[in-house]
Amino acid sequence: MKNLRISALALITIISFSSCSSDDTAKIVNEEEVITTVTATFTPEAGGTPIVLTSRDLDGDGPNAPIVTVSGNFVTGTAYNGTITFLNELETPAGNITEEIFEEGHEHQIFYSQTGLGTFTYNDTDVNGKPIGLKFKYTANANAATGNLTVTLRHEPNKDAEGVADGIITNAGGSTDAEVVFPVTIE
Amino acid sequence: MRFYYILLSVFMAGTLCAYSQNTISGNVSTNKNTPLDGAHIHIEQLHAISSTDGSYEIHNVPSGEHRIVVSYIGFKTIDTLVTVHERLRFDVKLKPESTQLQEVVLTENNAIPKNTIREERLKTETIEKYSNASLGDALKEVAGVYSLKTGNTIVKPVINGLHSSRVPVISNNVRLEDQQWGTEHAPNLDINAAGKISVIKGANALQYGGDAIGGLVLVEPVSVLKDTLFGKTIINAASNGRGGSISSSLHKGAEQGWAWNAAGTFKYFGDRQSPDYVLSNTGNRENNFAGDLKYIGDSYDISAYYSLYDAEIGIAKAMHIGSISDLVRAINSKQPAVIEPFTYDIDAPKQDVVHHLAKMNFNKRFSNNSSLSVQYAFQHNSRKEYDIRRGVYTDKPALDLTLATHSAQADWKKEIEALTIKTGASFSTQDNTANPDTGIRPLIPNYKKTDAGAYGIASYAFSDSFTGEAGLRYDYSHMLASKYYQKSRWTSLGYDGVYDKFIVADAGTQLLTAPEFTFHNISASLGIRKHLNSHYQLLANAGLAMRNPNPSELFSDGLHHSTGTIELGNLGIQKEESYKLSTTLLKTHGTFTFEATPYLNMINNFIYQSPTDIEYTTRGAFPVYEYKQTDALMAGLDLHTNWKISKHWQHTFSGAYIYGQDITNDLPLIEMPPLNLVNSIRYNQDNWHNFFAEIRNESVFTQKRYPNNNFTVQLPVNGEFVDTLVDISTPPKGYSLFHFSTGMTFKTFANTGLAINFSVLNIFNHAYRDYLNRQRLYTDDIGRNFQLQLKFNY
Repeated sequence: MKNLRISALALITIISFSSCSSDDTAKIVNEEEVITTVTATFTPEAGGTPIVLTSRDLDGDGPNAPIVTVSGNFVTGTAYNGTITFLNELETPAGNITEEIFEEGHEHQIFYSQTGLGTFTYNDTDVNGKPIGLKFKYTANANAATGNLTVTLRHEPNKDAEGVADGIITNAGGSTDAEVVFPVTIE
Repeated sequence: MRFYYILLSVFMAGTLCAYSQNTISGNVSTNKNTPLDGAHIHIEQLHAISSTDGSYEIHNVPSGEHRIVVSYIGFKTIDTLVTVHERLRFDVKLKPESTQLQEVVLTENNAIPKNTIREERLKTETIEKYSNASLGDALKEVAGVYSLKTGNTIVKPVINGLHSSRVPVISNNVRLEDQQWGTEHAPNLDINAAGKISVIKGANALQYGGDAIGGLVLVEPVSVLKDTLFGKTIINAASNGRGGSISSSLHKGAEQGWAWNAAGTFKYFGDRQSPDYVLSNTGNRENNFAGDLKYIGDSYDISAYYSLYDAEIGIAKAMHIGSISDLVRAINSKQPAVIEPFTYDIDAPKQDVVHHLAKMNFNKRFSNNSSLSVQYAFQHNSRKEYDIRRGVYTDKPALDLTLATHSAQADWKKEIEALTIKTGASFSTQDNTANPDTGIRPLIPNYKKTDAGAYGIASYAFSDSFTGEAGLRYDYSHMLASKYYQKSRWTSLGYDGVYDKFIVADAGTQLLTAPEFTFHNISASLGIRKHLNSHYQLLANAGLAMRNPNPSELFSDGLHHSTGTIELGNLGIQKEESYKLSTTLLKTHGTFTFEATPYLNMINNFIYQSPTDIEYTTRGAFPVYEYKQTDALMAGLDLHTNWKISKHWQHTFSGAYIYGQDITNDLPLIEMPPLNLVNSIRYNQDNWHNFFAEIRNESVFTQKRYPNNNFTVQLPVNGEFVDTLVDISTPPKGYSLFHFSTGMTFKTFANTGLAINFSVLNIFNHAYRDYLNRQRLYTDDIGRNFQLQLKFNY
C-alpha cells in the first residue's frame, strides 16, 4: 500500500514538474488573411491618368476606421478599364489577396453598387464562366453627378441566383469579406 | 410578484397537509459498512430510495404491523415484518446475493439527513432518455435549469439564469476544465458514462469551490458494490439528423477486491432539419470512452480513472457572417442564407474538441467514523474552431487552444455523533496555450494560473427534525498571461498610462504584454433543514460566493464571426460577489409531492456584455461589445410537482420564472430564461411489460423583459448610405411543443432484458426560435424528430 502511495506521489511530481518547463510567452501573430487595403484603379480606355480609389485600414479589425482616398474625378460619358486589388499590409512584404481571389474565383465575386454613377460590367470569368469582378468596365454617367460607390467582396456567393451574374448583390448571399464605400464625383 | 409565490406556496401547503403518521428511517449499507446509494425500501404502497450516505426515510406509515422490503441489485433482498407505533429506526445491512446470511439491525432511534443542501438528481431513466443528446439537454428536466444553445448540439446548462463560468461541472469529483468561459463551449463529457447526475443550485457546496454563483452540476460514474459483472448497450436512431448513437458499458463490481467499469459511445448525425428547411452543416460526431479500475480493501480503496471525449460539431453555415450587412440580411430574411441538400459531411464552421481526464484517487475509512480522500487529476483540453476561410487557410483552425490542468485535493470527513465535519484543501495549476499558427490573433491568450483553496464545513443535528450547517472557504488565485495587443486597441481601451507595468516589449504595431492578477476570495454558506412534519421539509440556505473574471472577460479582443460583433475584454474587470438566499419547501410523501424553491441572488460587480460603440473596418461596420460590470438582482421560483393520480396515471409539472434586473442602470438583464412550464401525463401498466406512454408539453413564454441593445448603422444600399435598424435584442415569440414517448421492457432471461422506447419530439413540427439559442437570429430550431431506442441489459 505504502509503495503504491509513494509511486503515485512520484508520478504526480513528475507530471507537475514536466508541465512547468514550457515557455509561455505569446508569439506574435501577424494576421495574414485580413484585407487592409482595397485599391480600385480606373484607366481611361482612350489613355490618360488613371483614377485610383483606395481604402486602407492598417489596424485590421482594430479600432481605427479605414482611410478612404480618391485620386480624382471621373469625366462624364468616359469609358474606363477597371482593376481591383486586395492587399494585407500588416505583412511585410504586403500579402496579395487578389491572387487567392483569382485562384478561387468561383467562390468569390466583387460587386460594384451605386445609383446614378453610370454602368459597371464584368470583364473576367471564373472556371464556370461566371464573373469574378477583379476586372471590369466602367462607363461614367453622361451627366455630372456625385454619389457613393460601394465595392463588396463576397465569399461563397450564390452566383446562380437571380441577377448576381449581372452584378446585382441582392440575392448573392455568402459572407462579406470587404465592403468599402468611395465618394465619387463625375464632372 | 414574489407575494404571489408566497401565496402559492402557502396555498399548496394548506391544501395538501394530510393526517400525520409515523416515520421509518435508517441506513442501508453492506455488511462491510459501505453505504448503499439507491437501495429501494418498500412498505406496502410507500417507498423510498436511499441517498448517497445510505440514509432513507419513509413517512406516513400507519401504526401497526407492516411488511418491509429492502432491495439493491446484486444483494439479497430483505423481506421482513416490523411493528410501527412511533418514529422507528430501521438500519439494514445487505449481504451480497451469493451468501445466504441476513443481518437486520433494529434500533428504536431517530435518523435525520444531515445535509442542508438540496441535490436534485436525474433518474437513470432520464439519463438514458438523453443517451443520444447531451448533458445540457438532460439537465433541462430539472425545474429552474434552462439551456443556452448554439444550434442543437452545443448545449450549456443555465441554472437560475446563470451559466458558463458561473456553473462549474464536477465530473467524478474533478472540476471540469474545458474552457467553459465561452458561450458556445458545451461541457466536454459523455452523458452515457454518467451513473448519476445531480444539480445543486447556488454555491453552498463549498467542497467543490467557492465560485459557483449559478450552481453546480455533479456527474458521477456508476459504482457497483457487489461481486458481479453486468453490462448495458443502448442503441438510438433518430429521424432528424438521420443518425444515431450506440453506447455500451460493462461493470465489474466487487464488495472487496478488484472492480472496474468501461463505457464507450459512438454518435453520428448529419444535418438537422427545421420544419421548413435543412439546417446546413449541423451534423455532429462523438467518440467517447470512460473507464476505471478500483481496488477495494478492508478499509480503503484506490482507483484510477480515465475518460476521453472527442467531438466534431458542425455550426450552421447560416451563422457565419462577415459584416453587419450580412447580419441585417440574416435577421430580415427570416430564412437562413445557406440552405443546401441534406448531408452527413461537416464543413467549416465547426468545432473539434478533445478532452482527456485522468485521475487517481485514494480513500481511507478510519475506525473512528472518519474518512480521508486524496485525489490527483490531469486534464487536457484541446479546442479547434474552424471558420470559413480563404486559400491556404481553408483547413487551418481559426482558434486553436490547448488547456492543461493538474489538480490535487484532499478531503477529510469525521462524524462525532450529531456533528459532521468536512474539511479539505485543493491545489491546481493550469496552462493555456494559444497556437499562433492560426494566422488570427487568438481570442484567449497564453496564460498560467495557480489556484489553491481550503474549506471547512460543519453540520450539526440540533434535534430529531432540525439540522444546521455552516461552511467557510478561502481561495487564492494567481494568473500570468502573455498577450500581444494592437497599439491602437491598447490606446482605445484607455490602457495607456494605466497598465504600462504590463508592457514587456514594443513590436511595431503591437505591444507584448504580461498582465498579472492575484485574487483572494472568501466564500461562506449557512443552511438549515427542518422537518416541519412527516410530510414537509424546509431547507433554507444563505451563501456568499466570489468568482474571478475568466480569460474571456479579461482579454477578449477581436471579431466574433457568428455574432458579427467585436468583443472586448477589460483588464480592469473585478471579481463578482454573489449573496444568495434560497429556501426549498419539500413535500416528499403521499400521492402528491412537490418541491418549491424561491430564491434571491444579489450579485455585485456582475460581469456582462454591453454594446458601447460601432467600429469601421474593411469588412464594414461592427458593433463593439465590451465586458462591463454592474450590480444585479435575480429573483425567481422553481417549482416541481408530481401527482400519482391513480395506480396507472401520473402527472408531473416543472416550471421556472426568473426576474433579472441590472439595478445600477435600472434595466432588465440580458438573456434571462423566459417563463417556462413543462407538463407531462404518463400512463404506466406494469403488467404489460412495464408499458408506459407519456405526453409532454413544453411551453416557453415570450421574454418581455430584455435590454434594448438595438442599434442603427449606416449601411450602403445601392451605393447610398441608409440608416438601418439592427434588431438584435427583441426575443423571439414564445412557443409550445408537444412530445410523445412510449416503451416496454422485456425480460429475456433471468438477468438479461430488453427495453424498447419510441418517441416523437415536436409532434406538430412547429417552427420556433428560442431566446437562448445563439442561432435564433439566423434559423429556426429543429423540427419533428422520431426516435427509437433499444436498451439491452446483460
